[in-house]
Amino acid sequence: MKYSYFPGCSLKGLGRAYEESLLPVMRHLGVELAELNDWNCCGATAYMSVDESMAAVLAARNLAIAEKAGPEDLLTPCSACYLVLNKTKHNITDYPEINATVRKALAGAHLTYSGKVPVRHPLDVLINDVGLDVIKEKVVRPLKGLKVAPYYGCQIVRPYATFDDAWNPTTMDRLLATLGAEVVDYPLKTKCCGGSLTGTVPEAGLRLTYILLKEAVRRGADVIATVCPLCQFNLDAYHDQIDRRWEPARVATVYFTQLMGLAFGLPPEQLGLKRNMVAMKPLPAEPAKVKV
Amino acid sequence: MMRIKRTIKYEGDRVRGFGKEIQSVPGCERLQSCIQCGTCSGTCPLSIYMDFSPRQVVALVRADFKNEVLRSNTVWLCASCYACTVECPRLIRITDIMYALKQRAIKEGVYPRRFPIPVLAKEFYEMVRKKGRITEMLLVMKLFLKTDWLAALGSWRQGIGVMRTGRFGLRAEHIERQAELAGMMAVAGGEDGKAKEAL
Repeated sequence: MKYSYFPGCSLKGLGRAYEESLLPVMRHLGVELAELNDWNCCGATAYMSVDESMAAVLAARNLAIAEKAGPEDLLTPCSACYLVLNKTKHNITDYPEINATVRKALAGAHLTYSGKVPVRHPLDVLINDVGLDVIKEKVVRPLKGLKVAPYYGCQIVRPYATFDDAWNPTTMDRLLATLGAEVVDYPLKTKCCGGSLTGTVPEAGLRLTYILLKEAVRRGADVIATVCPLCQFNLDAYHDQIDRRWEPARVATVYFTQLMGLAFGLPPEQLGLKRNMVAMKPLPAEPAKVKV
Repeated sequence: MMRIKRTIKYEGDRVRGFGKEIQSVPGCERLQSCIQCGTCSGTCPLSIYMDFSPRQVVALVRADFKNEVLRSNTVWLCASCYACTVECPRLIRITDIMYALKQRAIKEGVYPRRFPIPVLAKEFYEMVRKKGRITEMLLVMKLFLKTDWLAALGSWRQGIGVMRTGRFGLRAEHIERQAELAGMMAVAGGEDGKAKEAL
Protein backbone atom coordinates (compact mmCIF):
# COMPACT_ATOMS: atom_id res chain seq x y z
CA MET A 1 0.00 0.00 0.00
CA LYS A 2 1.53 3.28 -1.12
CA TYR A 3 0.51 6.95 -0.91
CA SER A 4 1.89 10.33 -1.77
CA TYR A 5 2.26 12.38 1.39
CA PHE A 6 1.56 16.09 1.86
CA PRO A 7 2.73 17.05 5.38
CA GLY A 8 1.94 20.77 5.30
CA CYS A 9 3.73 23.51 7.24
CA SER A 10 2.39 22.66 10.70
CA LEU A 11 3.64 19.07 10.63
CA LYS A 12 7.15 20.48 10.18
CA GLY A 13 6.61 23.13 12.87
CA LEU A 14 4.38 23.36 15.92
CA GLY A 15 2.59 20.14 14.96
CA ARG A 16 5.70 18.04 14.37
CA ALA A 17 4.57 15.39 16.88
CA TYR A 18 1.81 14.51 14.41
CA GLU A 19 4.35 13.60 11.73
CA GLU A 20 6.66 11.99 14.30
CA SER A 21 3.87 9.56 15.23
CA LEU A 22 2.16 9.19 11.85
CA LEU A 23 5.25 7.98 10.00
CA PRO A 24 6.24 5.07 12.31
CA VAL A 25 2.60 4.01 12.74
CA MET A 26 2.04 3.85 8.98
CA ARG A 27 5.36 2.04 8.50
CA HIS A 28 4.31 -0.47 11.18
CA LEU A 29 1.14 -1.15 9.19
CA GLY A 30 3.08 -1.65 5.96
CA VAL A 31 1.84 1.63 4.46
CA GLU A 32 4.47 3.38 2.40
CA LEU A 33 4.43 7.21 2.29
CA ALA A 34 6.39 9.24 -0.26
CA GLU A 35 6.64 12.92 0.64
CA LEU A 36 5.69 15.22 -2.25
CA ASN A 37 8.67 16.80 -3.92
CA ASP A 38 8.94 20.54 -3.14
CA TRP A 39 5.37 20.90 -1.84
CA ASN A 40 4.20 24.38 -0.86
CA CYS A 41 1.83 25.79 1.75
CA CYS A 42 -1.81 24.91 1.01
CA GLY A 43 -2.84 28.52 1.67
CA ALA A 44 -5.01 27.64 4.68
CA THR A 45 -7.79 30.07 5.56
CA ALA A 46 -5.57 33.13 5.10
CA TYR A 47 -5.15 32.93 1.33
CA MET A 48 -8.86 32.58 0.68
CA SER A 49 -9.28 35.79 2.69
CA VAL A 50 -6.92 37.71 0.44
CA ASP A 51 -7.22 36.40 -3.10
CA GLU A 52 -9.33 33.63 -4.55
CA SER A 53 -7.37 32.87 -7.75
CA MET A 54 -4.04 32.82 -5.97
CA ALA A 55 -5.46 30.50 -3.31
CA ALA A 56 -6.58 28.10 -6.05
CA VAL A 57 -3.22 28.22 -7.86
CA LEU A 58 -1.26 27.71 -4.65
CA ALA A 59 -3.21 24.57 -3.74
CA ALA A 60 -3.28 23.33 -7.34
CA ARG A 61 0.53 23.31 -7.57
CA ASN A 62 0.53 20.58 -4.90
CA LEU A 63 -2.21 18.62 -6.66
CA ALA A 64 -0.28 18.80 -9.93
CA ILE A 65 2.98 17.68 -8.28
CA ALA A 66 1.06 14.75 -6.78
CA GLU A 67 -0.21 13.78 -10.24
CA LYS A 68 3.30 13.93 -11.63
CA ALA A 69 4.58 11.75 -8.76
CA GLY A 70 2.36 8.85 -9.64
CA PRO A 71 -1.09 7.36 -9.47
CA GLU A 72 -1.14 7.09 -5.68
CA ASP A 73 -3.73 8.91 -3.59
CA LEU A 74 -2.52 11.96 -1.67
CA LEU A 75 -2.47 11.53 2.11
CA THR A 76 -3.10 14.82 3.94
CA PRO A 77 -3.08 14.65 7.75
CA CYS A 78 -3.66 18.34 8.59
CA SER A 79 -7.32 19.34 8.64
CA ALA A 80 -6.78 22.75 7.03
CA CYS A 81 -4.71 21.26 4.19
CA TYR A 82 -7.26 18.49 3.72
CA LEU A 83 -10.08 21.01 3.40
CA VAL A 84 -8.21 23.45 1.16
CA LEU A 85 -6.95 20.79 -1.26
CA ASN A 86 -10.40 19.20 -1.53
CA LYS A 87 -12.10 22.57 -1.86
CA THR A 88 -9.71 23.49 -4.66
CA LYS A 89 -10.50 20.23 -6.47
CA HIS A 90 -14.20 21.07 -6.27
CA ASN A 91 -13.65 24.66 -7.41
CA ILE A 92 -11.52 23.65 -10.41
CA THR A 93 -14.29 21.26 -11.48
CA ASP A 94 -17.21 23.61 -10.79
CA TYR A 95 -15.91 26.97 -12.05
CA PRO A 96 -14.53 27.34 -15.60
CA GLU A 97 -12.86 30.66 -14.72
CA ILE A 98 -10.89 29.11 -11.83
CA ASN A 99 -10.08 26.13 -14.03
CA ALA A 100 -8.69 28.43 -16.73
CA THR A 101 -6.52 30.43 -14.31
CA VAL A 102 -5.12 27.27 -12.71
CA ARG A 103 -4.34 25.68 -16.07
CA LYS A 104 -2.56 28.76 -17.33
CA ALA A 105 -0.51 29.14 -14.13
CA LEU A 106 0.44 25.45 -14.07
CA ALA A 107 1.41 25.43 -17.75
CA GLY A 108 4.10 28.05 -17.09
CA ALA A 109 5.71 25.58 -14.67
CA HIS A 110 5.22 22.58 -16.99
CA LEU A 111 2.66 21.09 -14.68
CA THR A 112 -0.81 19.73 -15.45
CA TYR A 113 -3.87 18.93 -13.42
CA SER A 114 -6.51 16.44 -14.48
CA GLY A 115 -8.20 15.85 -11.12
CA LYS A 116 -7.47 12.16 -10.91
CA VAL A 117 -5.58 12.11 -7.60
CA PRO A 118 -7.92 11.83 -4.60
CA VAL A 119 -6.97 13.81 -1.46
CA ARG A 120 -7.46 11.59 1.57
CA HIS A 121 -7.21 11.81 5.33
CA PRO A 122 -5.29 9.22 7.39
CA LEU A 123 -8.52 8.26 9.23
CA ASP A 124 -10.13 7.43 5.87
CA VAL A 125 -7.12 5.38 4.77
CA LEU A 126 -6.83 3.55 8.11
CA ILE A 127 -10.50 2.58 8.23
CA ASN A 128 -11.22 1.93 4.55
CA ASP A 129 -7.90 0.78 3.03
CA VAL A 130 -5.93 -0.73 5.93
CA GLY A 131 -8.97 -1.93 7.87
CA LEU A 132 -9.71 -2.21 11.59
CA ASP A 133 -9.08 -5.99 11.56
CA VAL A 134 -5.47 -5.46 10.43
CA ILE A 135 -5.03 -2.68 12.98
CA LYS A 136 -6.41 -4.91 15.73
CA GLU A 137 -3.83 -7.59 14.94
CA LYS A 138 -1.05 -5.07 15.57
CA VAL A 139 -2.29 -4.08 19.03
CA VAL A 140 0.13 -5.49 21.60
CA ARG A 141 -0.55 -3.02 24.40
CA PRO A 142 -4.33 -2.46 24.47
CA LEU A 143 -5.30 0.94 25.88
CA LYS A 144 -7.52 -0.74 28.48
CA GLY A 145 -8.92 1.67 31.02
CA LEU A 146 -7.78 4.77 29.13
CA LYS A 147 -10.71 7.15 28.73
CA VAL A 148 -10.35 9.04 25.46
CA ALA A 149 -12.49 11.93 24.21
CA PRO A 150 -12.51 11.76 20.38
CA TYR A 151 -12.24 15.32 19.04
CA TYR A 152 -12.50 15.74 15.27
CA GLY A 153 -12.72 19.52 15.05
CA CYS A 154 -14.32 21.22 12.11
CA GLN A 155 -12.43 21.07 8.88
CA ILE A 156 -12.00 17.35 8.21
CA VAL A 157 -15.70 16.53 8.30
CA ARG A 158 -17.08 19.83 7.04
CA PRO A 159 -17.99 20.35 4.27
CA TYR A 160 -16.07 18.16 1.79
CA ALA A 161 -15.32 14.88 3.58
CA THR A 162 -16.89 11.82 2.06
CA PHE A 163 -15.55 9.26 4.51
CA ASP A 164 -17.47 10.29 7.60
CA ASP A 165 -20.56 12.11 8.83
CA ALA A 166 -20.49 15.91 9.22
CA TRP A 167 -22.61 15.88 12.40
CA ASN A 168 -21.60 12.71 14.18
CA PRO A 169 -18.36 11.31 12.78
CA THR A 170 -17.38 7.89 14.14
CA THR A 171 -14.21 6.77 12.33
CA MET A 172 -11.91 7.85 15.16
CA ASP A 173 -14.31 6.43 17.78
CA ARG A 174 -14.13 3.02 16.10
CA LEU A 175 -10.37 3.24 15.69
CA LEU A 176 -9.84 4.10 19.36
CA ALA A 177 -12.16 1.29 20.45
CA THR A 178 -10.11 -1.10 18.30
CA LEU A 179 -7.02 0.00 20.23
CA GLY A 180 -8.81 -1.07 23.42
CA ALA A 181 -9.49 2.45 24.70
CA GLU A 182 -12.66 3.47 26.47
CA VAL A 183 -14.24 6.04 24.14
CA VAL A 184 -15.91 8.84 26.07
CA ASP A 185 -19.23 10.14 24.74
CA TYR A 186 -18.15 13.62 23.62
CA PRO A 187 -20.94 15.64 21.97
CA LEU A 188 -18.57 18.54 21.22
CA LYS A 189 -16.55 16.34 18.86
CA THR A 190 -17.05 18.60 15.82
CA LYS A 191 -17.28 21.99 17.54
CA CYS A 192 -14.81 24.68 16.51
CA CYS A 193 -11.70 25.10 18.72
CA GLY A 194 -11.47 28.80 17.85
CA GLY A 195 -8.82 28.37 15.16
CA SER A 196 -6.37 31.27 15.07
CA LEU A 197 -8.81 33.44 17.09
CA THR A 198 -7.33 31.90 20.27
CA GLY A 199 -4.32 34.13 19.67
CA THR A 200 -5.91 37.08 17.89
CA VAL A 201 -9.15 37.54 19.87
CA PRO A 202 -8.68 35.37 22.97
CA GLU A 203 -11.83 36.47 24.81
CA ALA A 204 -13.86 34.90 21.99
CA GLY A 205 -11.54 32.27 20.48
CA LEU A 206 -9.94 30.93 23.62
CA ARG A 207 -13.30 30.50 25.29
CA LEU A 208 -14.21 27.93 22.63
CA THR A 209 -11.05 25.99 23.50
CA TYR A 210 -11.85 26.29 27.22
CA ILE A 211 -15.37 24.90 26.65
CA LEU A 212 -13.93 21.87 24.84
CA LEU A 213 -11.43 21.17 27.63
CA LYS A 214 -13.93 21.71 30.43
CA GLU A 215 -16.40 19.29 28.86
CA ALA A 216 -13.72 16.62 28.37
CA VAL A 217 -12.74 16.97 32.06
CA ARG A 218 -16.38 16.87 33.15
CA ARG A 219 -16.89 13.64 31.24
CA GLY A 220 -13.89 12.03 32.91
CA ALA A 221 -11.56 11.89 29.92
CA ASP A 222 -7.91 11.02 30.67
CA VAL A 223 -6.88 12.39 27.31
CA ILE A 224 -8.34 14.12 24.24
CA ALA A 225 -7.47 12.59 20.86
CA THR A 226 -7.23 15.02 17.95
CA VAL A 227 -6.56 14.93 14.19
CA CYS A 228 -5.53 18.55 13.66
CA PRO A 229 -2.31 20.45 14.50
CA LEU A 230 -4.12 23.71 15.23
CA CYS A 231 -6.66 22.00 17.53
CA GLN A 232 -3.80 20.24 19.31
CA PHE A 233 -1.93 23.51 19.84
CA ASN A 234 -5.01 25.36 21.06
CA LEU A 235 -6.02 22.61 23.49
CA ASP A 236 -2.46 22.11 24.75
CA ALA A 237 -0.63 25.45 24.77
CA TYR A 238 -3.01 27.97 26.36
CA HIS A 239 -3.60 26.44 29.79
CA ASP A 240 -1.95 29.23 31.76
CA GLN A 241 -4.16 31.81 30.03
CA ILE A 242 -7.23 29.63 30.58
CA ASP A 243 -6.31 29.33 34.28
CA ARG A 244 -6.15 33.11 34.56
CA ARG A 245 -9.31 33.88 32.59
CA TRP A 246 -11.58 31.11 33.83
CA GLU A 247 -10.56 28.05 35.81
CA PRO A 248 -8.11 25.19 35.26
CA ALA A 249 -9.27 22.50 32.84
CA ARG A 250 -6.19 20.32 32.68
CA VAL A 251 -6.34 17.36 30.37
CA ALA A 252 -3.71 16.26 27.85
CA THR A 253 -4.43 16.45 24.12
CA VAL A 254 -2.56 14.08 21.81
CA TYR A 255 -2.79 13.02 18.18
CA PHE A 256 -4.73 9.81 17.52
CA THR A 257 -1.59 8.49 15.82
CA GLN A 258 0.32 8.80 19.12
CA LEU A 259 -2.28 6.58 20.81
CA MET A 260 -1.98 4.10 17.93
CA GLY A 261 1.79 4.00 18.40
CA LEU A 262 1.42 3.30 22.13
CA ALA A 263 -1.06 0.49 21.44
CA PHE A 264 1.31 -0.98 18.83
CA GLY A 265 4.05 -1.07 21.47
CA LEU A 266 6.24 1.47 19.67
CA PRO A 267 8.69 3.29 22.00
CA PRO A 268 6.87 6.34 23.47
CA GLU A 269 9.99 8.52 23.04
CA GLN A 270 9.72 7.99 19.27
CA LEU A 271 6.10 9.16 19.10
CA GLY A 272 6.67 12.83 19.88
CA LEU A 273 4.91 12.60 23.24
CA LYS A 274 7.50 14.84 24.89
CA ARG A 275 6.26 17.69 22.67
CA ASN A 276 3.14 18.04 24.83
CA MET A 277 2.95 20.97 27.22
CA VAL A 278 0.35 19.16 29.29
CA ALA A 279 1.89 15.71 29.43
CA MET A 280 -0.22 12.60 29.00
CA LYS A 281 -0.27 10.43 32.11
CA PRO A 282 1.25 6.95 31.79
CA LEU A 283 -1.15 4.30 30.51
CA PRO A 284 -3.17 2.54 33.21
CA ALA A 285 -1.30 -0.53 34.49
CA GLU A 286 -1.97 -3.68 32.54
CA PRO A 287 -3.99 -6.20 34.51
CA ALA A 288 -1.69 -8.97 35.83
CA LYS A 289 -1.78 -12.03 33.65
CA VAL A 290 -3.40 -14.94 35.46
CA LYS A 291 -1.71 -18.27 34.91
CA VAL A 292 -4.11 -21.10 34.24
CA MET B 1 -25.24 71.10 20.45
CA MET B 2 -26.78 67.69 21.00
CA ARG B 3 -25.07 64.94 18.99
CA ILE B 4 -27.47 62.57 17.33
CA LYS B 5 -26.98 59.32 15.46
CA ARG B 6 -29.40 57.84 13.00
CA THR B 7 -30.05 54.18 13.86
CA ILE B 8 -32.11 53.21 10.82
CA LYS B 9 -30.76 53.16 7.28
CA TYR B 10 -32.12 55.13 4.38
CA GLU B 11 -32.40 53.55 0.99
CA GLY B 12 -29.81 56.07 -0.17
CA ASP B 13 -27.18 54.43 2.06
CA ARG B 14 -27.11 51.43 -0.24
CA VAL B 15 -24.39 50.88 -2.83
CA ARG B 16 -26.34 49.60 -5.79
CA GLY B 17 -25.00 46.44 -7.41
CA PHE B 18 -22.92 45.29 -4.40
CA GLY B 19 -25.12 42.27 -3.68
CA LYS B 20 -24.94 41.16 -7.30
CA GLU B 21 -21.15 41.55 -7.30
CA ILE B 22 -20.77 39.32 -4.24
CA GLN B 23 -23.23 36.85 -5.71
CA SER B 24 -20.99 36.50 -8.76
CA VAL B 25 -18.03 35.31 -6.66
CA PRO B 26 -17.54 31.51 -6.86
CA GLY B 27 -19.37 29.88 -3.94
CA CYS B 28 -21.79 32.78 -3.38
CA GLU B 29 -24.34 31.96 -6.11
CA ARG B 30 -27.16 30.99 -3.78
CA LEU B 31 -27.12 34.25 -1.82
CA GLN B 32 -30.60 35.24 -3.01
CA SER B 33 -32.23 32.00 -1.87
CA CYS B 34 -31.83 32.88 1.84
CA ILE B 35 -35.11 32.61 3.78
CA GLN B 36 -33.71 34.45 6.85
CA CYS B 37 -34.35 31.46 9.13
CA GLY B 38 -31.29 32.23 11.28
CA THR B 39 -29.95 28.66 11.40
CA CYS B 40 -26.50 30.03 10.50
CA SER B 41 -26.51 32.49 13.40
CA GLY B 42 -27.75 29.81 15.80
CA THR B 43 -25.06 27.33 14.82
CA CYS B 44 -22.18 29.84 14.63
CA PRO B 45 -19.98 29.55 17.73
CA LEU B 46 -18.85 33.18 17.35
CA SER B 47 -22.08 34.97 16.42
CA ILE B 48 -22.49 36.15 20.02
CA TYR B 49 -19.48 38.43 19.52
CA MET B 50 -20.43 39.75 16.09
CA ASP B 51 -21.91 43.20 15.45
CA PHE B 52 -24.08 41.66 12.71
CA SER B 53 -25.06 37.99 12.93
CA PRO B 54 -24.41 35.82 9.85
CA ARG B 55 -28.15 35.98 9.01
CA GLN B 56 -28.03 39.79 9.13
CA VAL B 57 -24.90 39.86 6.98
CA VAL B 58 -26.65 37.84 4.27
CA ALA B 59 -29.63 40.22 4.39
CA LEU B 60 -27.38 43.31 4.30
CA VAL B 61 -25.29 42.01 1.40
CA ARG B 62 -28.21 41.26 -0.83
CA ALA B 63 -29.81 44.60 0.04
CA ASP B 64 -26.57 46.33 -1.11
CA PHE B 65 -25.51 47.71 2.30
CA LYS B 66 -21.86 47.49 1.34
CA ASN B 67 -20.31 49.94 3.81
CA GLU B 68 -22.08 48.35 6.78
CA VAL B 69 -20.94 44.76 6.07
CA LEU B 70 -17.41 45.59 4.99
CA ARG B 71 -16.84 47.59 8.18
CA SER B 72 -18.41 45.03 10.50
CA ASN B 73 -16.30 42.75 12.70
CA THR B 74 -18.41 39.77 11.60
CA VAL B 75 -16.31 38.62 8.66
CA TRP B 76 -13.12 38.78 10.75
CA LEU B 77 -14.61 36.75 13.57
CA CYS B 78 -15.56 33.91 11.21
CA ALA B 79 -13.16 31.07 12.06
CA SER B 80 -14.07 29.11 8.89
CA CYS B 81 -15.51 26.14 10.79
CA TYR B 82 -18.18 25.67 8.09
CA ALA B 83 -20.94 24.83 10.60
CA CYS B 84 -23.31 27.34 8.94
CA THR B 85 -22.55 25.97 5.49
CA VAL B 86 -23.47 22.39 6.35
CA GLU B 87 -26.53 23.44 8.38
CA CYS B 88 -28.07 25.89 5.89
CA PRO B 89 -31.40 24.48 4.67
CA ARG B 90 -31.07 26.56 1.49
CA LEU B 91 -27.57 25.22 0.74
CA ILE B 92 -25.98 28.66 0.88
CA ARG B 93 -22.24 28.48 1.40
CA ILE B 94 -22.13 31.19 4.04
CA THR B 95 -18.45 30.56 4.81
CA ASP B 96 -17.63 31.36 1.17
CA ILE B 97 -19.67 34.57 1.37
CA MET B 98 -17.57 35.54 4.41
CA TYR B 99 -14.41 34.89 2.38
CA ALA B 100 -15.69 37.02 -0.51
CA LEU B 101 -16.38 39.86 1.96
CA LYS B 102 -12.94 39.52 3.58
CA GLN B 103 -11.28 39.76 0.15
CA ARG B 104 -13.35 42.80 -0.68
CA ALA B 105 -12.61 44.54 2.63
CA ILE B 106 -8.86 43.98 2.20
CA LYS B 107 -8.90 45.12 -1.43
CA GLU B 108 -10.75 48.30 -0.52
CA GLY B 109 -8.64 48.86 2.57
CA VAL B 110 -11.60 49.21 4.92
CA TYR B 111 -10.62 46.62 7.52
CA PRO B 112 -9.63 47.78 11.05
CA ARG B 113 -5.90 48.66 10.78
CA ARG B 114 -4.32 47.10 13.87
CA PHE B 115 -6.98 44.44 14.27
CA PRO B 116 -4.88 41.26 14.39
CA ILE B 117 -7.03 39.02 12.18
CA PRO B 118 -6.68 40.77 8.81
CA VAL B 119 -3.05 41.55 9.70
CA LEU B 120 -2.48 37.81 10.23
CA ALA B 121 -4.10 37.02 6.88
CA LYS B 122 -1.84 39.56 5.15
CA GLU B 123 1.38 38.46 6.87
CA PHE B 124 0.56 34.82 6.10
CA TYR B 125 -0.10 35.77 2.48
CA GLU B 126 3.20 37.63 2.20
CA MET B 127 5.26 34.84 3.77
CA VAL B 128 3.84 32.21 1.44
CA ARG B 129 4.24 34.48 -1.59
CA LYS B 130 7.93 34.94 -0.77
CA LYS B 131 8.90 31.57 0.71
CA GLY B 132 6.27 29.08 -0.41
CA ARG B 133 5.88 27.79 3.15
CA ILE B 134 4.95 29.08 6.58
CA THR B 135 7.29 29.14 9.56
CA GLU B 136 4.71 29.46 12.31
CA MET B 137 6.83 31.09 15.00
CA LEU B 138 8.15 33.76 12.62
CA LEU B 139 4.58 34.47 11.58
CA VAL B 140 3.49 34.86 15.20
CA MET B 141 6.38 37.25 15.90
CA LYS B 142 5.54 39.41 12.89
CA LEU B 143 1.93 39.49 14.00
CA PHE B 144 2.89 40.74 17.46
CA LEU B 145 5.15 43.43 15.99
CA LYS B 146 2.45 44.75 13.70
CA THR B 147 -0.40 44.69 16.19
CA ASP B 148 0.38 44.70 19.87
CA TRP B 149 3.95 43.87 20.84
CA LEU B 150 3.03 44.15 24.52
CA ALA B 151 0.80 41.11 24.07
CA ALA B 152 3.94 39.12 23.21
CA LEU B 153 5.23 39.77 26.73
CA GLY B 154 1.98 38.39 28.16
CA SER B 155 2.54 35.16 26.25
CA TRP B 156 6.03 34.46 27.57
CA ARG B 157 5.00 31.27 29.35
CA GLN B 158 3.61 29.89 26.12
CA GLY B 159 6.81 30.81 24.29
CA ILE B 160 8.90 29.01 26.90
CA GLY B 161 6.59 25.98 26.59
CA VAL B 162 7.05 25.90 22.83
CA MET B 163 10.84 26.02 23.22
CA ARG B 164 10.96 23.49 26.06
CA THR B 165 9.04 20.94 23.99
CA GLY B 166 11.21 21.51 20.92
CA ARG B 167 8.36 22.67 18.69
CA PHE B 168 10.22 25.81 17.73
CA GLY B 169 11.76 25.73 14.26
CA LEU B 170 14.51 28.37 14.05
CA ARG B 171 15.13 27.62 10.40
CA ALA B 172 12.92 29.65 8.04
CA GLU B 173 11.09 27.11 5.88
CA HIS B 174 11.01 27.62 2.14
CA ILE B 175 10.49 25.65 -1.03
CA GLU B 176 13.26 24.93 -3.56
CA ARG B 177 11.60 26.21 -6.71
CA GLN B 178 10.59 29.65 -5.47
CA ALA B 179 10.82 31.18 -8.94
CA GLU B 180 8.41 28.59 -10.28
CA LEU B 181 5.83 29.46 -7.64
CA ALA B 182 6.36 33.20 -8.10
CA GLY B 183 5.73 32.81 -11.83
CA MET B 184 2.52 30.90 -11.17
CA MET B 185 1.33 33.55 -8.73
CA ALA B 186 2.04 36.29 -11.25
CA VAL B 187 -0.22 34.49 -13.73
CA ALA B 188 -2.94 34.30 -11.09
CA GLY B 189 -2.79 38.07 -10.77
CA GLY B 190 -0.59 38.35 -7.74
CA GLU B 191 2.85 39.77 -8.37
CA ASP B 192 1.90 43.22 -9.54
CA GLY B 193 -1.79 42.63 -9.92
CA LYS B 194 -4.91 43.37 -8.01
CA ALA B 195 -4.07 41.73 -4.70
CA LYS B 196 -0.74 43.46 -4.27
CA GLU B 197 -2.19 46.88 -4.91
CA ALA B 198 -4.47 46.43 -1.96
CA LEU B 199 -1.61 45.44 0.34
